[in-house]
Amino acid sequence: MVKYSIFSLARNALSRHENWPEAWRSPEPKSEYDVIIIGAGGHGLATAYYLAKEHGVTNVAVIEKGYLGGGNTGRNTTIVRSNYYLEPNAHFYEKSLQLWEGLSQDLNYNVMLSQRGVLNLAHAPSEVDSFHRRGNAMRLNGIDAEFMTRDQIAQMVPLLNMSMEARYPILGGLIQRRGGIARHDAVAWGFARAADARGVDIIQNCPVTGIRREGGRVTGVDTARGFIKAKKVGIAVAGHSSHVAAMAGLRLPIESHVLQALVSEPIKPCLDTVVTSGAVHFYVSQSDKGELVMGGDLDGYNSYAQRGNLPIIQHVVAALLALFPCFSRLRMMRTWGGIMDMSMDGSPIIAKTPIGGLYINTGWCYGGFKATPGSGWVFAHTIARDEPHKLNAEFTLERFAEGKTWDEKGMGPTPNAH
Amino acid sequence: MLLIDCPWCGTRDQREFTYGGDAAVKRPADPAAVSDKEWHDYVYIRVNPRGSHVELWHHNAGCRRWFKLRRDVVTHEMQGSAPIGSELEPPLPIAGRPGKP
Ligand SMILES: Cc1cc2nc3c(=O)[nH]c(=O)nc-3n(C[C@H](O)[C@H](O)[C@H](O)COP(=O)(O)OP(=O)(O)OC[C@H]3O[C@@H](n4cnc5c(N)ncnc54)[C@H](O)[C@@H]3O)c2cc1C
Ligand SMILES: [Zn+2]
Repeated sequence: MVKYSIFSLARNALSRHENWPEAWRSPEPKSEYDVIIIGAGGHGLATAYYLAKEHGVTNVAVIEKGYLGGGNTGRNTTIVRSNYYLEPNAHFYEKSLQLWEGLSQDLNYNVMLSQRGVLNLAHAPSEVDSFHRRGNAMRLNGIDAEFMTRDQIAQMVPLLNMSMEARYPILGGLIQRRGGIARHDAVAWGFARAADARGVDIIQNCPVTGIRREGGRVTGVDTARGFIKAKKVGIAVAGHSSHVAAMAGLRLPIESHVLQALVSEPIKPCLDTVVTSGAVHFYVSQSDKGELVMGGDLDGYNSYAQRGNLPIIQHVVAALLALFPCFSRLRMMRTWGGIMDMSMDGSPIIAKTPIGGLYINTGWCYGGFKATPGSGWVFAHTIARDEPHKLNAEFTLERFAEGKTWDEKGMGPTPNAH
Repeated sequence: MLLIDCPWCGTRDQREFTYGGDAAVKRPADPAAVSDKEWHDYVYIRVNPRGSHVELWHHNAGCRRWFKLRRDVVTHEMQGSAPIGSELEPPLPIAGRPGKP
């Protein structure tokens, strides 16, 4: 692997950037691997990387039905944060955020992490109270959180409509300053390149069509390029989890739903933090290219279509204008959707399955991008050691039967409400 | 925009409806009589098929009645609707559908 640096950049400039080597190989699949990961999204690639780096397991393939990073990794709105209330989520996402903070150096790939702060707006006195409660819980868990008054918010985000006559009056907010955004594609590419450099085979355009088992243990996977033997198999296919787990006869506490996002035409820098409102079902940030990147809730009905419908788009734009009237003349450029693995309690599942050597990583709901390094870290540990890391020990498949759900929003088993 | 067939009001815009989830999920008639596993499966486990899905919808801005809808969740194709309590026909194979060879 050529190390990316100012020197390699200068050297390659001399040859007009025509001699950069490929960032990763496109190998023929071997007949057998120690570990096969299904799905080359951020999670699958991070898992392979940490398997090689932290556990010395390098005879690994990541098998992807399309192109790497073409799923939710390349479709998400890139918010990175660890502002959770419940302990297992708080500690897991905080570990992930700490990995983010060193990721560009570790991967030798600029993932463009921008810790510009994630501000949650409160629009009602009860929400102010709950923000204090969550902020206090975060600080007790060693995570940064600050309550902001109206005046502080008005100063920090001057474009917000701070009038008490506004449709959604702003009473305060909770900010995590270490939160922010990152470059989504770069995360997939950086993990792919670093995993490949450690010997991991990334096999693209190769759907997995079956999971073979013998005597309660997994033996390999059927793919568009034939059967490939494996001692262990990890599933990391996000919205396609139910479909792929069914190949091994498993049924999951998961529903697939479409989440949409949209971007405006690019404008000059004007919004230097991420602004979200849970009550209004809306969030927005400005990308490095100048586009406003925004989104809201799920469309709400089961979906495997990577496209949604107009009502959500209209809602998101109406919310943008209610909070930021100054954006009324902006034109929107693109909308798209991704398929979310919505779990029954809104928290992830990163766990062993009842089948020996088969592991699953799913239930990411809206929030799996920020989890990417942390998820790969603990999933690699779970696969290599055949037991969970303490950070994912609570995120089992069995927790639903045991009454130990982790329901951050208190919504109950309604996947489209988390 | 989804255009949804209410069995009573006909085809209407999705904005008039609320989604009620997978209609194949059936509450055990006698909760005390079933095993913990059966109850767990009823509350938490979903088939979540990638294809034809029978689901509950409520026409909340119309006749305010619940009904069943069969919909392809990959293509958004509508494959029939029926009142609660009556069976939905399985979808026709593509070749047999109106307008298809
Ligand atoms: C619009 C939108 C906005 C979002 N915003 C945020 C955000 O701001 N912050 C945040 O933290 N999260 C966000 N998310 C969620 C986040 O994107 C996901 O939770 C995360 O990317 C999941 O990562 P992954 O690697 O598991 O999934 P993916 O990137 O979807 O990877 C799964 C891969 O599995 C492959 N696959 C599926 N079936 C098969 C098969 N049979 N064989 C082989 N391969 C297969 C797919 O092709 C895909 O590449 C958002 C999601 C969407 C859609
Ligand atoms: Zn009706």
